[in-house]
Amino acid sequence: MDNMPWLTLLMVVPLVGSIAVAALPSRSSALARPIALGVSLLTLAIGVVAAATSFTRGSDQQFQMSEQHEWIPQLGVSYSLGVDGIALSLILMALVLMPICLLAAWDDVPEGGGREKGYFALLLLLLPFMVGVFAATDVFLFYVFFEAMLIPVYFLIGMYGGERRQAAAVKFLLFSLAGGLIMLVGVIALYLQGPGGSDGFLLERLTGLEIGGNTERWLFVAFFIAFAVKAPMWPVHTWLPDAATAARPAVATLLVGVLDKVGTFGMIRFCLQLFPEASQWATPVVITLAVVSVLYGAILAIGQRDMMRLIAFTSISHFGFIVMGIFAFTSVSQAGSNLYMVNHGFATAALFLIAGMLVARRGSKRIDDYGGWQRATPVLAGSFLVAGLATLSLPGLSTFVSEFLVIAGTWSRYPVATAFAVWGVVLAAIYILLMYKRIFTGPPPVIEAVGEAVDEAVAAGDLASSDSELQYIRADIDEGRRPLRLAAPLRDLGLREKLVVAPILAILIGLGFFPQPVLDTLNPAVERTLQIVGVSDTTPSVPADAGSTSGSDH
Amino acid sequence: MPPTVPAAFEAVEISYWALSPMIVLLVGAFVGVLVEAFVPRGTRHLAQVVVAVGSIVLSLAALVFMTETETGITVGGTIAVDGPTRFMQGALLVLGLLGLLVMADRLGGDTADAFTPMGAASPGSDLEAQAARRGWSTTEAFPLALFALAGMLLFPASNDLLTMFVALELLSLPLYLMSGLARRRRLLSQEAALKYFLLGAFSSGFFLFGAALLYGYAGSIGLPEIAAAASTSTGEFEGLLLPGVVLVIVGLLFKVGAVPFHSWTPDVYQGAPTPVTGFMAACTKAAAFGALLRLMYVGLETTRWEWHIGVVVIAALTMIVGSVLSVTQTDIKRLLAYSSIAHAGFIIVALISFDRTAVEGVFFYVVAYGVSTIAAFAIVNLVRERDAEATHLSQWAGLGRKHPWLSGSFALLMLAFAGIPLTSGFTAKVAAFMPALEHGGLSGVVLVVIGVLMSAITAFVYIRLIVLMFFTEPTGDVTVAAPATLSLAVIVVGVIVTIALGVFPGPLLELAEQSSIFITR
Repeated sequence: MDNMPWLTLLMVVPLVGSIAVAALPSRSSALARPIALGVSLLTLAIGVVAAATSFTRGSDQQFQMSEQHEWIPQLGVSYSLGVDGIALSLILMALVLMPICLLAAWDDVPEGGGREKGYFALLLLLLPFMVGVFAATDVFLFYVFFEAMLIPVYFLIGMYGGERRQAAAVKFLLFSLAGGLIMLVGVIALYLQGPGGSDGFLLERLTGLEIGGNTERWLFVAFFIAFAVKAPMWPVHTWLPDAATAARPAVATLLVGVLDKVGTFGMIRFCLQLFPEASQWATPVVITLAVVSVLYGAILAIGQRDMMRLIAFTSISHFGFIVMGIFAFTSVSQAGSNLYMVNHGFATAALFLIAGMLVARRGSKRIDDYGGWQRATPVLAGSFLVAGLATLSLPGLSTFVSEFLVIAGTWSRYPVATAFAVWGVVLAAIYILLMYKRIFTGPPPVIEAVGEAVDEAVAAGDLASSDSELQYIRADIDEGRRPLRLAAPLRDLGLREKLVVAPILAILIGLGFFPQPVLDTLNPAVERTLQIVGVSDTTPSVPADAGSTSGSDH
Repeated sequence: MPPTVPAAFEAVEISYWALSPMIVLLVGAFVGVLVEAFVPRGTRHLAQVVVAVGSIVLSLAALVFMTETETGITVGGTIAVDGPTRFMQGALLVLGLLGLLVMADRLGGDTADAFTPMGAASPGSDLEAQAARRGWSTTEAFPLALFALAGMLLFPASNDLLTMFVALELLSLPLYLMSGLARRRRLLSQEAALKYFLLGAFSSGFFLFGAALLYGYAGSIGLPEIAAAASTSTGEFEGLLLPGVVLVIVGLLFKVGAVPFHSWTPDVYQGAPTPVTGFMAACTKAAAFGALLRLMYVGLETTRWEWHIGVVVIAALTMIVGSVLSVTQTDIKRLLAYSSIAHAGFIIVALISFDRTAVEGVFFYVVAYGVSTIAAFAIVNLVRERDAEATHLSQWAGLGRKHPWLSGSFALLMLAFAGIPLTSGFTAKVAAFMPALEHGGLSGVVLVVIGVLMSAITAFVYIRLIVLMFFTEPTGDVTVAAPATLSLAVIVVGVIVTIALGVFPGPLLELAEQSSIFITR
């Protein structure tokens, strides 16, 4: 099984599936959803088999499952794929999230027909790009996936999104494109620094060039800007809240959960590996930007009224943590960052998708339009709480492990920055719990039958009597809060929605207690990255004194 | 170096094989003139199309089957048929064929849809029908196109300045005429023709004056001799070099639409019949860049430090003006005109890097851009509102709802113009920017950075078009002309080539690489 082109297979299967969905005759367009789901599950199965059979942890090769063919020899471009632990984890995360998102997107296009076909074909089309961008071991090939991926996302937001979708889609595309084009100059200039030839864009040819000096720094900047836009970091984050709000929840999940990881992944794979010296040179600035992102994202999240926007801002805060861990250059913080990328993918997916279920019931994204839903939809509320707690990194949930590792690892090198960043954790508790309180606590919503006005006093009376049957709920707790009025009774989670939520929550809890398998996969890659950068850990047994760890020596 | 006057005129060696592609086209054009005179009106359109397509195909065959032994310098050193010439001629013939097929489309009428039989007659009017009955038909566009194409083939092959001037005129004069033949919005078209003619005449004058100055400097109009004069010159006429170079280059940069010689482009692109615009945008640009390549790499390479910085500034200006002004356009043809100006800037970036890879970059770019642009204008030609071309952007709103395939093709071409990976535009940009970064020195790096920033701006323009077509509610009663068999065939070819050159650019790059050596003498 070693010779199977697994990674190509992981791209071809969803690509063929996407074309098949798009080419369905319009009378059988009802098949689009099951076919897309089936293809994504098949891809996941292939991915699992590939990881189980062809990937060894701690192999002495940097990349496994590698494939290499000539593509454009005249320009030095090869079709070259391979994964290390980091890439494999992210690919598997994407493969797991895809069927979940397809299931969550089941009723996104109610009118069916051609539009529905297009929606699911585009969603499925994201998979080959996601696999390709994480698996490319040729800088040019990576760039091709990195940029081409924008187009399906652009159409997913611009054609199928909600209010203000066009503006959001254009903003998303222009930010990414501008960043990417600057990177293109870097990509070409990097090739010219390397040995050149018909496979001169291969990562292995470009690693360890020791370019040095201003050239390396400019190249680093060219790459870093593209990744910072993608990640997104303050101050180039402004596209994300708009895009995440305008997009469908499933698209927002894939956008923030998977595609934005390309930014942080790119920092590890390209910035650190190709420009080790410049990376250390840039560290003070990058760490500062990361800390600003952490605090800025968290503070703005508290003030949001739109729940999708709020979740987007939490992601900016979390990406700040990830970047901080990457550029702290300790094995603990980097392992934490990599684990964080995986965990954040699932935690954000849970929040976005469950928020999407709320929106599907109420038809509004405004947090003010909710209240008291806990007693009407207990399972939904419980799932949301778990997802929220995962976002604020409660111990026992997976994100806690990664956030702890990032903070602990960064502290040994940048105590001041860490001291600022930990406030992000506190602020996370505020924005999550406030959102939960506003949406789910309070008197349960009153159901008004259409055309029949319910007298307020009677409604309140009904409420009191039904509440008194419930133990542990004091009747006076809802005093002074007017119950929400709804036209139709609320449904709790249906079977499909439970199928969406259950695997994510299982993973969040599972990785919270047993993160070791993932960490074991990530660690060899992390060690290698640090080795290339040439930074050794600060010895954790020696207490850090102010002089040696001020961070100014980089 | 005093000019030597031969004692008597001697017959020069002429390799007719090497010239055969041009000869075939010229013969085809003359046959076309005869067809115009003698074939009855009912079958004239068909006959002209057959003659034109046949000549181009024959010419292409002659080019392909030409062997190495027949190529080289011929006609007394005035024409060089070498790798670059053959690549450019092949590209021109293919682009010309595509452009001609779009022109030939009748769209359900009796004769080519885009041309008017009589400048004063509005489309579908009695006057027009009367003019058509009199036999004042519109088929003269085809011989004209063949003449222009023959001139274009000669342009990159000319090895001295006078031949280059003859080629310039041969390709320009028919184009001036064809710009004025539009059937709809005829005043705009006639205005465009006049503007194009006047400014073109000026630029020809510049070119000729520059050629005279260069003759004064080098004692010869041959490009290799001008290059050699840099080392043999006594310094006596050194002052003639820079003005001569500037004037000659201005004459050629006018044809590619470089800033500040671009002012004709939007007006002519808008006014000319849309198929002719596509033909001009693709072929004139390719031919002029072929001539610029030969002029700069054979004739002026040795003196390039004298004039290089000037062209750097022109390249920067061209990219910036083309991109920024395209943002404000409200007419699709003007928008594509400004986009073509920006693209000319990108090509100049590659052009002035002076390396074999730069030649390849220019080759690849003109082919990739040419095919996409012909297909794009073919689509513009098909979008109608009440039988008039719907060129205002607002008329394109919601086109994707009613015509998803056509709009999808246009969107793909726009993405290629924007340089999105997996389309030909991206490969072309990489092929153009790579030599500039490698051999262009600091000015090359600056130009490339300007280039990518301007790409982002133009991307905004193209994306806005896509938004307009797909994400906006339709307003007017916009339809797509039918039946448009030939146009659709060209569009399909354009789309396929655009994707193929993005995904598998290897073969064309290989061909460009093999064709990138100039023979000088």
